[in-house]
Amino acid sequence: MDTLQHMLSWMPALLNGAKITIALTICATVAGLIFSFFLALGKMSRNIIISKICSAYIFFFRGTPLLMQLYFIYYALPLLSPVLTINNRFLAAFIAYSLNSAAYCAEIVRAAIQSIDSGQFEAAKVLGLSHGQTMRLLIIPQSIRRLVPPIGNEFIMMLKDASLVSIIALADLTKVTRSISSSDATTLVYIPAMIIYLIITAFFTFVFNRIEAKMEERE
Amino acid sequence: MSIIRTENLNNFYGDLQVLKDINMEIEQGEVWVIIGPSGAGKSTLLRSLITLEDFTSGKIFLDDELFIHREDSKVVEQMEASRYKQKLLEMGMVFQRFNLFPNKTVLGNVTLAPMNVLGKSEEEANEIALNLINRVGLSDKVDFYPSKLSGGQQQRVAIARALAMEPEIMLFDEPTSALDPELVGEVLNVMKDLATQGMTMMVVSHEMGFAREVADKVIFMADGAILETGTPDELFTNPKTDKARQFLASIL
Ligand SMILES: Nc1ncnc2c1ncn2[C@@H]1O[C@H](COP(=O)(O)OP(=O)(O)O)[C@@H](O)[C@H]1O
Ligand SMILES: [Mg+2]
Repeated sequence: MDTLQHMLSWMPALLNGAKITIALTICATVAGLIFSFFLALGKMSRNIIISKICSAYIFFFRGTPLLMQLYFIYYALPLLSPVLTINNRFLAAFIAYSLNSAAYCAEIVRAAIQSIDSGQFEAAKVLGLSHGQTMRLLIIPQSIRRLVPPIGNEFIMMLKDASLVSIIALADLTKVTRSISSSDATTLVYIPAMIIYLIITAFFTFVFNRIEAKMEERE
Repeated sequence: MSIIRTENLNNFYGDLQVLKDINMEIEQGEVWVIIGPSGAGKSTLLRSLITLEDFTSGKIFLDDELFIHREDSKVVEQMEASRYKQKLLEMGMVFQRFNLFPNKTVLGNVTLAPMNVLGKSEEEANEIALNLINRVGLSDKVDFYPSKLSGGQQQRVAIARALAMEPEIMLFDEPTSALDPELVGEVLNVMKDLATQGMTMMVVSHEMGFAREVADKVIFMADGAILETGTPDELFTNPKTDKARQFLASIL
């Protein structure tokens, strides 16, 4: 009984941590996804300079550890120039995770766009639609359906990667768990914490499956 | 007046010559059926006319006006840009695999280009589209997505979609060869209607009955060249070349 009491007393703090984890993951995935469309289209652009810049960006953010990117943005940028100081920890994490997730999502978006049948481009061209209109009205909407499963995956990965933010002392679920563990001198707190992670993961997996099913129904 | 005329149209893929000095002239209101073995260059010809394929050399005239002149795979001369775009829209095309837009309903497929390319209002585009959808017999499917339609229905939508741009000429590349046999008739009927109403048409198809019924000319292509031209009767009952004779024997 005592143990249960104990666990319940941790709940408000754990749930606050979970809020940060979820908020960061959602904000960064949404921002990253939007940015990733520009990166993917840029990488596929016939303009060599744009294409190379986008490729380099993607290469960089996929090729270096997220942890280091986070470190760099929060700790190293202010040293380069005080103007680049980001005081808000959440904002710093948001920027790092968005930039990183954009690189991963860009490859997913590119693969989805390239999987669209070339007949779509031909039909659009014959009807006089410009390349931009074809992308905006046909190709991107069609690729969105194919994006849902891999972006769902990316989202779940990010949810767990979000635990890295404890290095900049942002109080996400992992950070809160560790604090409780050391202040209360108990390892028990890891149990409800992991259960909360599982519930969050299960919930978002369910949401993404629903979105996928809804889209399938329509087309 | 000819709708499309070509002068020495050639196309190469590497060393392979798939169009050899094509000289053709199709008049307003004519219906051509193009036949020939697989690999003859029939698709390449239609696709070159509508600029889906950048041919190697030759000239295309639309309404007796130079549309494009290419040599060594490069443009030598071309109509002024806005006019070029406008002229291009006077050609409509229907593909073997329909290529409907899966993210748009039947109505959406037909109204998309009129609204976004011709700048028609939604109201106006809908009115035209509903008329055309009715004409191809699909009034009860207006709000359906393509995946919910049979192949024959999809191809009829594709025809309505092309017609919504009010083309002068329609190019059909094997419009019924991806269809189950029982669905071929409904698409051919729509095409016959179009022909009767005076549409200029170039149709790649091996449907003999259709050719006999509506074609003014049958064109036989082989190895990238037009080998024979004649009325359906001339070509089907009395082919002049061995190649045509062999080909006709093989499809009958
Ligand atoms: N994009 C391409 N690259 C290389 N060869 C091609 C390409 N498209 C068509 N071909 C070749 O050109 C020839 C003519 O093809 P096509 O016009 O499709 O013939 P048809 O429609 O009469 O069957 C064929 O030998 C085909 O393999
Ligand atoms: Mg073909």
